[in-house]
This record gives sequence, C-alpha cells and structure tokens, in this order.
Amino acid sequence: MDLIVFWIMAPVSVGAAVLMLLQRNAVYAALFLVLNQFTLAVFFVLLDAHFLAAVQVIVYAGAIMVLFLFVIMFLGVDRREALVEPIRGQRGLAIGLGLLLAAGVVLAIGLGIGLARAPGPAPGGDNIEAVARVLFTDYVFPFELTSILLIIAAVAAMVLARRKARGLPDLADEAPAGREPERVP
Amino acid sequence: MDWLDWVLLAARVVLVFGALIVSVMLAVWAERKIVADMQTRLGPRRAGPFGMLITLADGIKLFFKEGITPTQVERPVYILAPVLSLVPAFLAFAVVPFGAGVELFGRRVPFQLADLNIGILWVLAMGSLAVYGVVLAGWSSGSAYPLLGGIRSSAQMISYEIGIALGVVAVLMYSGTMRMSEIVAAQDRIWNIVPQFPAFLIFVTAALAETNRPPFDLPEAETELVAGYFTEYSGIRFAMFYLAEYIHTITVAAVAVTLFLGGWRGPVFDFLPWLWPLLWFVLKVVALIFVFVWVRATIPRFRYDRLMSFGWKVLIPWGLVWVLATGAIVVLPEEIGRDALVRWVAIGAGVTLLLSLIAPLLTRGRAGTRP
Repeated sequence: MDLIVFWIMAPVSVGAAVLMLLQRNAVYAALFLVLNQFTLAVFFVLLDAHFLAAVQVIVYAGAIMVLFLFVIMFLGVDRREALVEPIRGQRGLAIGLGLLLAAGVVLAIGLGIGLARAPGPAPGGDNIEAVARVLFTDYVFPFELTSILLIIAAVAAMVLARRKARGLPDLADEAPAGREPERVP
Repeated sequence: MDWLDWVLLAARVVLVFGALIVSVMLAVWAERKIVADMQTRLGPRRAGPFGMLITLADGIKLFFKEGITPTQVERPVYILAPVLSLVPAFLAFAVVPFGAGVELFGRRVPFQLADLNIGILWVLAMGSLAVYGVVLAGWSSGSAYPLLGGIRSSAQMISYEIGIALGVVAVLMYSGTMRMSEIVAAQDRIWNIVPQFPAFLIFVTAALAETNRPPFDLPEAETELVAGYFTEYSGIRFAMFYLAEYIHTITVAAVAVTLFLGGWRGPVFDFLPWLWPLLWFVLKVVALIFVFVWVRATIPRFRYDRLMSFGWKVLIPWGLVWVLATGAIVVLPEEIGRDALVRWVAIGAGVTLLLSLIAPLLTRGRAGTRP
C-alpha cells in the first residue's frame, strides 16, 4: 500500500518540480511548487509523520505559497518575460553554484546510503506528543532562536516598507535608473 | 479491514456527500427566507412548499446555462479554480464526528469518516487550501475587479486563518488532544463554550471572515467590485463557487459545534439510541447557521482597512492573550494546587478592583483634554 502510493506520488512530485522550473509564467511556476509541496505532505503521511504533513500543508502550501501568489499578483504579472539579467554574470554564477549544490547532494546521498536506519515508532506512541516533547525540551533553544530570527525579518521588512511614511527617500527611488528591466519585443 | 469495512466506509462517504449537498440546498433556502423575514419581505415562495425548492430550481438553471468563457482568461487556471475551492470544502468535513456511531453487522460504525490523530489540523489545512480557489479565480479571469477581489481575499483569509488557529489552539490545549472524537469526549461534563467563551468568539468571528460570509464578504463586495472574484464566471462554474461557499459555512458551523458546543452530545432516550446524537448535532449546526444568517442581516459590511485592523489589532492580540490564559488555567492547578490558585486569583481580582477605583481619581484632571 505504502509502496503503491509512493510510486504514484514520486513521479508527480519530480514532475511538478521540473515543470515549475520550465514555466515562463510566474503564477504557473508557483502552482507547480504548491503541487510539489503537497506531494511532500503525502510522503510525510507515508512515513507516519502526520503532524509534519499537516504543518507542511498549512504553512507551506497554505500560507507561504499564497503569499507568493499575492506578491506576484500585486506586482502585476507581466505575461512577457524579462530576458535581461538583472545582475551581471548571474547565469554563470548560478550554473556554478548549482553544480556545486548538486555535487554536495549526490555526495551526501552516496555517503548516506546504507547508514540510514528506518525510524522506529515514536516513543510514547503518539507522533504529535513526541514532536512536541522534543521541540520544547531538547530543541527549545534553536526553536526560539528561529522565532526571533523571523520576528527580526518581519520588523526589518516593516521598517523598509515604512521609509516613505517617515519622510525618508524610498529605496526604490534610490535604485539606479532602469528599474523596469528592458523588455525584448 | 475486510470488504465489509470498505463498503461501510464508502456508504458513509456517499451519505455525507449527499447530506452536505442537500443541506446546502436547505441552507440557501433558509437563509433567503430568514433574511427576507428580518427585512419584512416574503422571500422565495413559488417553487415547492414555502419555496423550499428554490435552490433546486436555481441549480438546474445554472447547470443548463451556457458557460461563458471570456477571451481574456488564463484558461487552465480558470477552469481549475472552482474545483480547487470546492474540493477542500468537502474534504474538511471528513474529520467531523456527527454522531456517536451505531452497531451494524456486529461491528461499531462511527459516525465520522476519518478519526485522524491530527483531527483539527486537517480542518485548518483544508481551510488554508480553500484560499487558492478564490485567488486563482481572481487572477485567471484577466479582468480588474476579479483581480482586486482575489487580492483582497488572499490577504483577508490569511489574516483570519491566524485568528481561527488561535481559537483552535486554546481549545486543544484545554482538551489536551487534537483528535475530534476525543475533543467531543472531553466535553462530557461541560461544553467547551463555557470555560472557553473568548476562544469561541474569536473562532466564530474569524471563521465568518474565513468563509467570506457577511459582514466580511469583501472579496465579493458587490457595491465595490461588481461580484469580486467570480465576476467572470457563469453557469456551472459559478454554481461550484456558490456551493463551495455554503459547504464551507456548514463545515465551519459543524467544527464550531464539535469544538465548543459538545458535538453530538445531548440527552439520549431508549427509542433509537443511535439517532439522538445525530439529531442533536444537526440541531446545533442549524442553530449556529441561524446565528450566521442573523449576523448577516444585522451588521453592515466592514470597510477593508477596518477589516484588516480588526483582524490584526483586535482578534490576534486577544487570541494570543487567551491562549496564554488557557495555558495558565491548564498548568497552574497542577503546579501549585487548586487552593493556592484560588487564593492568588482572589488577591489579583481584589488588587485590580482597588486599582480601578483609585485610577479615575488620579487621572480626573486630565480627562477630556485629549485632542
């Protein structure tokens, strides 16, 4: 049963990821990313991590991706695509770093095969309780640190967004001319 | 699980699906009748007894209407959007226990489709997916008003999701479980609405906003946005949005009943003992939907900026305060003992009372000088 579901969902997951990269329209790319995250939630269910699956859907598919869509829609989706690199040399840098990341992942998987053990049933029976116990005892410090980091990010975003309201020049106005990337007809 | 279990499960799925559709039919009729009555109108009265079949007539009309697809739409997403808003609305109901269950063929059949251990999180997850239908409908229509409606609703639904979650968190801290059947079981002595009344207010308010019910129906505010995100939809696709909205309302009412009003609990008599819990559950849901309709007929629509500031500056802070208070209520009796707790609460209340008596004396000079 688990295997059947896995072999149905795995191609969907990989396919969604590949299609996300190939989309020229930002909204479609975002939608494929949602599909990909949804399949990840299914994998979590297969691994008996029900809580993680729910959180995956609520936080990533439900909240973060909606915010993505929100931003894409707010900025106005231009159906043409900017073919000019906003950052000089971005393409070469991206290829190099991408290859490095791929090598790292392959290396990690190569070294890891055989070492991984199938996780046993969570202590205490219930998965949710086990997650809560670990999160609020052993990992409480990193957990709180993450929340502080997120608050800093949120406050920083607000400070940047409110520059105009405080009479400071807008960052967008300071940016060099040609903020709208030139479009190739 | 043998084949009989599968058959019973399939039967329950079909029954719940059918019951939801029929109750949408009745809910739309009842809403129109009640609102009409509150506005001293007659409301629908032609089709069927008391106009009860009005929704059926509307449904048949919408089904056979030509589905117009404007030329500007982003076609795949335009077709997908109504489905995306309908499916989560149905799925969310899967974890709601709507009765105590019944003995059938020598086995216990619970009146619930799936008793997940993440129970209530499933409802939240489906609620957060429901946003996509609205947002994508707004975007794919390729027209200004739907886009505005879609953007409004994504902001609104994300904001009020937090409110819903805070109301839910307080309840599950109090009940000590996320399983819906256990939340109902935990209310055997007293319904959660009594000790968790603030959470109930927060949950119901946020839920009204989450389902785009009036007075929070800004995504489709007809005076501002024509019809909001579904302006460009017609025929069966429009009907799907309509259906989704009402199923969502019913689901939210059912979840509120489960979390706060004791679920299917109520007096059970000897005659058909399995039927009574079902009846109590339906009655409670109907009562709550009546309150929703009542609110719609009473309170005018919010202005958008007030909606946002209400969500972020009132609902969420008070939700957080109540979660904190619930934590104290749950943990303190275990930690310091009930007697000591009562003493400290009494001292705190006395000090607060004294301060509130003294405070006006100190600030009297400054009263009324605010610009």
